[in-house]
Amino acid sequence: MLTMIGKRLMFAIPSLIGVVIVTFLLTRALPGDPAAYFAGPAATKEAVEQIRKKLGLDKPLIEQFFRYTNDLAHGDFGNSLTTGQPVAAEIRNRLPASAELTLLGLIVSVVIAIPLGVLAATRPGSWLDHLCRVTTTAGVSLPVFFTGLVLVYVFYFRLGWSPAPLGRLDVFTSAPPTVTGFYLIDTLIARDLEAFRSALSQLILPATTLAIFSLAPIARMTRASMLAVLASEFVRTARASGLSPTTVIVTYAFRNAMLPVITTLSMVFSFLLGANVLVEKVFAWPGIGSYAVEALISSDFAPVQGFVLTMAVMYVLLNLVIDILYGVIDPRVRLEG
Amino acid sequence: MKRRDFLKSVSGLAAGAALPAMPQVISSAYADARSETLLIVSEGGPNNLDIHGVGTNVPGYEVSWNCYDRLISHEMKTGPGGVPYYDRDKFKGELAEDFKIDDMSVTFKLKKNAKFHDGAPVTAKDVKWSLDRAVSVGGFPTFQMSAGSLTKPEQFVVIDDYTVRVDFLKKDKLTIPDLAVIVPCIVNSELVKKNASEKDPWGLEFTKQQTAGSGAYKVTKWTAGTEVIMERNEDWVGGPLPKIKRVIWRMVPQAGNRRALLERGDADISYELPNKDFQEMKANGKLNVVSLPFSNGIQYIGMNVTKPPFDNPKVRQAVAYALPYQKIMDAVMFGLANPMFGAAKDKATEVAWPQPHKYNTDMEKAKALLIEAGYASGFETTISFDLNFAGVNEPLCVLVQESLAQIGIKTTINKVPGANWRTELNKKEMPLFTNVFSGWLDYPEYFFYWCYHGNNSVFNTMSYKSAEMDKLIDGARTAAAAGDTATYDKDVKGFVDLAYTDIPRIPLYQPFVNVAMQKNISGYQYWFHRRLDYRAMAKG
Repeated sequence: MLTMIGKRLMFAIPSLIGVVIVTFLLTRALPGDPAAYFAGPAATKEAVEQIRKKLGLDKPLIEQFFRYTNDLAHGDFGNSLTTGQPVAAEIRNRLPASAELTLLGLIVSVVIAIPLGVLAATRPGSWLDHLCRVTTTAGVSLPVFFTGLVLVYVFYFRLGWSPAPLGRLDVFTSAPPTVTGFYLIDTLIARDLEAFRSALSQLILPATTLAIFSLAPIARMTRASMLAVLASEFVRTARASGLSPTTVIVTYAFRNAMLPVITTLSMVFSFLLGANVLVEKVFAWPGIGSYAVEALISSDFAPVQGFVLTMAVMYVLLNLVIDILYGVIDPRVRLEG
Repeated sequence: MKRRDFLKSVSGLAAGAALPAMPQVISSAYADARSETLLIVSEGGPNNLDIHGVGTNVPGYEVSWNCYDRLISHEMKTGPGGVPYYDRDKFKGELAEDFKIDDMSVTFKLKKNAKFHDGAPVTAKDVKWSLDRAVSVGGFPTFQMSAGSLTKPEQFVVIDDYTVRVDFLKKDKLTIPDLAVIVPCIVNSELVKKNASEKDPWGLEFTKQQTAGSGAYKVTKWTAGTEVIMERNEDWVGGPLPKIKRVIWRMVPQAGNRRALLERGDADISYELPNKDFQEMKANGKLNVVSLPFSNGIQYIGMNVTKPPFDNPKVRQAVAYALPYQKIMDAVMFGLANPMFGAAKDKATEVAWPQPHKYNTDMEKAKALLIEAGYASGFETTISFDLNFAGVNEPLCVLVQESLAQIGIKTTINKVPGANWRTELNKKEMPLFTNVFSGWLDYPEYFFYWCYHGNNSVFNTMSYKSAEMDKLIDGARTAAAAGDTATYDKDVKGFVDLAYTDIPRIPLYQPFVNVAMQKNISGYQYWFHRRLDYRAMAKG
């Protein structure tokens, strides 16, 4: 098993090298001149040149690239110009914020979508099936920022139930000492219930927004895969043998229907992690998606490269975990390169 | 299945019931802290706490203004609508106890009890080091210093521990005002030198992350892109002790949410909202909305005069007669701007800037001028704008496009991403574009020097060159330095008139700075930098 994992990780190296090269070239190919941008509105030509020199952008591309890879090898992702902070530190601070939100959103989504999908599959054509179809279609066709804004409008602005959409904590609550970076866990470790409550109440609306959006792929995939499995021969055999419907569905059918669902889950998770920019914007969430987009808008190379690289590593690891999970769920699947 | 449904509905109910209780608990527990805390929400935050840093953005200026002191600052006067407004011509000491302006120098006596945040006294060598730094680091700060003819470290002379002299290179009316802008702030030289390195002799890396000044506030926590927390400096001597103890500045990217936060009473102050929101908030009266014109600023339509068809003044005048000025005021600005068009025919030119020109929307005249210029069937061109300000620029360009089509000028709209805008401006190739320029120093010749002079600075976006114009601008600058009012007035009127007959750029309006705040917030002051000065503010 361990050698397999090692082998898989080895295979990931070429793709990571590819990612490093491609992001470097792509960010350089972006229109816009960071030196002109950061020299400020009142800069003269000389001022722009001075800034260019300071940023090392006057050097030939190949030299810039070697300097970049050398820094990378030393764990230095460079400095972001928009926020003025080292990229590695920023990603370290922001990734848990995004991950906590995405995970919670995904858990909420799974808790609703999988039972809904299973139920819809066991009674195709019934009102439950239609309900499943309607909710998932509605969820996926509403843009996330719209759902987010509606939730803010109703639960914060109109009803006043939810706290102000001001990021991860209430303004007057201080952040817990960082252990995992997940506030829900860190506040419990610090035994700060007030902060835990604040963190949780800040999370509910954005997590719900994400859940509504990710409901569709999970529920639809569960339903489709369950339908296929329920129509297969071994289920018929199980039914014919007089097993109770619960045993048939939960023990036999569901386990076999899990594989595509797990794949979808991993896709949805990695997609949401990087792509929930809009939710982050709506809820002033200090996450990684909004960070990358802001950097992109200002031609800030280092964070964009750091972001893409981090996401690439996450994908590789996630795929590995999924593959291992396959093996656990279905012993016939072997972990091979 | 029934049981599962039941469980779901119960847990939903429980979550719903638990929610409303939470904010109340929190707000009562923190009610005391809130009354002395100012909560500001805005779209963007600082990227650097030091204005001398590389590429410090505008929100960073606000931190510098409140956390550092300058030798001198402006007095206040009553501005439009009774709002306190900085007085362009009157100065008072901030770190300086008093100052004496001689023919070719100015001497500052420092306040002896002034201390930096770490307790070190503010001395003349800190002043010299800070001013040396401002003229030496390059980039924006050095450029801004040079606007007041402050370019060489030798100009700053230490006389004794508490006396500093600034020598003038040449007579320049802008030297004293330039010492009161944000850039010449006084930095704790010993502290910063300790944290400087050979590669970074001015300690820019250190001051990027923390404030090392003597100002009324100090930054106690800064999470880039999320929040800035500032605490009052109890030992501040630059002015009366501020009333606000703590400032929390949160970045909320969504404009709708910033408005919701204000209307719910959770945030105290916000700016950078769409004009429509400001106008609605003004109308419903729940909040205080202050709208003041940008000093020395206009939004304009610029034309590249080096290339046809805009090299022909007739074409430029035709465009000036074809712009939908009033529509832009109503539908884009929602009335929150000063019109810069349609002055009465017989109105004499004033010695002031900005002032309205005499063009009005008149399609017949525009068509006639276009025919005269030999473009009877019109032409095709592109109109460009900066996407960073798309909220205003996009509808504005659509209106212009529609209007120009009526006289046969077909335009394609070119949206330029914010990061690219400066590069595009620098290239000076865009034929037709809209942009804003506003100068910190509120003098007509300052504006014209940057925007119309033949030395072709970045802001002369039209590449306009005219010997006559240069003569008038230079004349006004010399006259201002020499105190020759008659020549100055004549030259200012002259260059305004010339700018309006040649019309390489067509002023549309003078935009407003809009700030919305709770009714219990008082003490807002308008400053040339258009950011907030927390020192005069009070709550309750």
